[in-house]
Amino acid sequence: MVMTDVPTKIVYERPKALDPRVTHYCPGCTHGVAHRLVAEVLEEMGETGNTIGVASVGCSVFAYNYFDIDFVEAAHGRAPAMATGIKRVYPDRIVFTYQGDGDLASIGMGEIVGAASRGEGLTVIFINNANYGMTGGQMAPTTLPGQKTTSSPTGRDTKRQGYPIQTAELLSTLEGATYVVRRSLHSSREIRRAKKAIRTAFEVQKHGLGFSLVELLSTCPTNWGMSADEARTWIEENMFDYYPLGDYKVSPAVAELKI
Amino acid sequence: MAKELIKGNTAVAEAALRAGLEAYFGYPITPQTELLEHLSARMPELGRPFVQAESELGAINMVYGAACTGKRVMTSSSSPGVSLMMEGLSYIAGTEVPAVLVDVVRGGPGLGNIAPAQGDYNQIVHGGGHGDYHMIVLAPASVQEAIDLTVLAFDLAEKYRAITAVLLDGSIGQMMEPAELPPMQPLKTEIPDWAVRGTQGGEKRILTSINLDPPAQEVMNLRLMKRWQEIEKNEVRYKGYYLEDAEYIIVGFGTAGRISLSAVRAAREKGIKVGLLRPITVAPFPKEILEELTEQVKAFLVVEMNSGQMLEDVRLVVRGRKPVEFFGRMGGVVPYPDEVTTEIERLIEGPLTTEGHPRDRWLARLAETIG
Repeated sequence: MVMTDVPTKIVYERPKALDPRVTHYCPGCTHGVAHRLVAEVLEEMGETGNTIGVASVGCSVFAYNYFDIDFVEAAHGRAPAMATGIKRVYPDRIVFTYQGDGDLASIGMGEIVGAASRGEGLTVIFINNANYGMTGGQMAPTTLPGQKTTSSPTGRDTKRQGYPIQTAELLSTLEGATYVVRRSLHSSREIRRAKKAIRTAFEVQKHGLGFSLVELLSTCPTNWGMSADEARTWIEENMFDYYPLGDYKVSPAVAELKI
Repeated sequence: MAKELIKGNTAVAEAALRAGLEAYFGYPITPQTELLEHLSARMPELGRPFVQAESELGAINMVYGAACTGKRVMTSSSSPGVSLMMEGLSYIAGTEVPAVLVDVVRGGPGLGNIAPAQGDYNQIVHGGGHGDYHMIVLAPASVQEAIDLTVLAFDLAEKYRAITAVLLDGSIGQMMEPAELPPMQPLKTEIPDWAVRGTQGGEKRILTSINLDPPAQEVMNLRLMKRWQEIEKNEVRYKGYYLEDAEYIIVGFGTAGRISLSAVRAAREKGIKVGLLRPITVAPFPKEILEELTEQVKAFLVVEMNSGQMLEDVRLVVRGRKPVEFFGRMGGVVPYPDEVTTEIERLIEGPLTTEGHPRDRWLARLAETIG
């Protein structure tokens, strides 16, 4: 064996803001990816010690176990209200919520609209995986027309069960929301774009520019009944039409942000 | 400071602010709204957060978040709004963070009306939110007492990491009386260790009410119950009037207690040996003094602006050893002192019994007049 003295350089490692432990998330689920992106961004911004996270109810209920960050745990849907209470007391801290689609777009629609319309200086990481993951795959406000879930066993019938909510589009109509975008976690290219959006969202908060939200199309292989790879393909083939990726609101002040 | 003529709701708001209230979150609802309005002007003047929330659900969860920072926080509402807050109150209790709630009670159930009532006694004193927890509940009978108890509420909440509720009958909230406001206290400078603030490079803090491990949850439940025992031991407050030689005792809190006092004074002028026990802490309930009085007196009369909710707490202490009678007005109707006087006379005339339920006898009497 030939020893070389090529200098080593670490190009990729676990962010310190992410506690070194195994998560409870299912194999192939993109929660872990979203956690990592948040941790990387806060670390790169030097804000981990200055941040308070608000976990929600759903699969990410234990998100606080995985970040090396001060955290509180909200009641179902109420994370934006709880975050408002913290941010108003500590306007100089970074405060973010991490919410799923059942939490944010169903039971918590009042709280998210309230926070966005007031222009609360919060950042919201919004996971859209088209079902209620934690309770075992029921129909969510984001479940696609025709999509089978345990509470829409023959497929979501829009006549009886209505239509999915396009959260980013809806919140983008509010003046107080200054940065609202949708990204996807189904491919490495989109993950990189998602990270950039998360960075922008936190910078919006750091610069006091108002409410920011990043919607992340995410996989739920277990409840979708698919392999991890099939789930990623499913996002592209089924979710993109109803949930187009893009920037739904970028206020002029945000557009001028230099990162 | 000199006394001034001030409305109950405004007085409570200003008292809270002077007690070092650092953040207020609320939602308008009659008959509480002046409290929120007063703070909407005063809090920004002092550079302190004030948020009119999107709902009472929003308000109580903003309080929950702000309470996790260890600062002095409160919300206020009235009966239907407080029903919406029950979820958040349970979470706050489960996370063991201090907060103050002012409930300006109105007639119910449902939308009911906006007149003064005490129908929320059970909701506030015996639960409301899910799970095993207690709130400290203070029931003032005047604007001055509302001011003093609001200041105390913050101290108790912080001392026991518990929710302290000021149970304000709509009448106390809406009434103007001469009262003296407390001096302006400086804001707290010390933040408790458990409060979130950002790790600043140190150990992270997690504040949550979830505990999936039943034995661990039970340990937490036991801690709450032990703390409640401490509260029961240390924090019982009541006011007794003419108790020393009393043969008959009226028990009433808040407005009902105050109105009963007028009737007691009138009866005393006639030489009737009647006294008044007015619980100030309806939780913890003043059991000890009631126990002592049970030995002493011939009978009790419980007067409430509800269907006899505190009556059950009185009966639990008296345990059938002495007759207990009940008189109540509901639906936002406030009793006149004369009505209580009539009840005192009925008590003395008898016949008295320890059989049956006082509520049944009261309802039977009511049937003769209002059907």
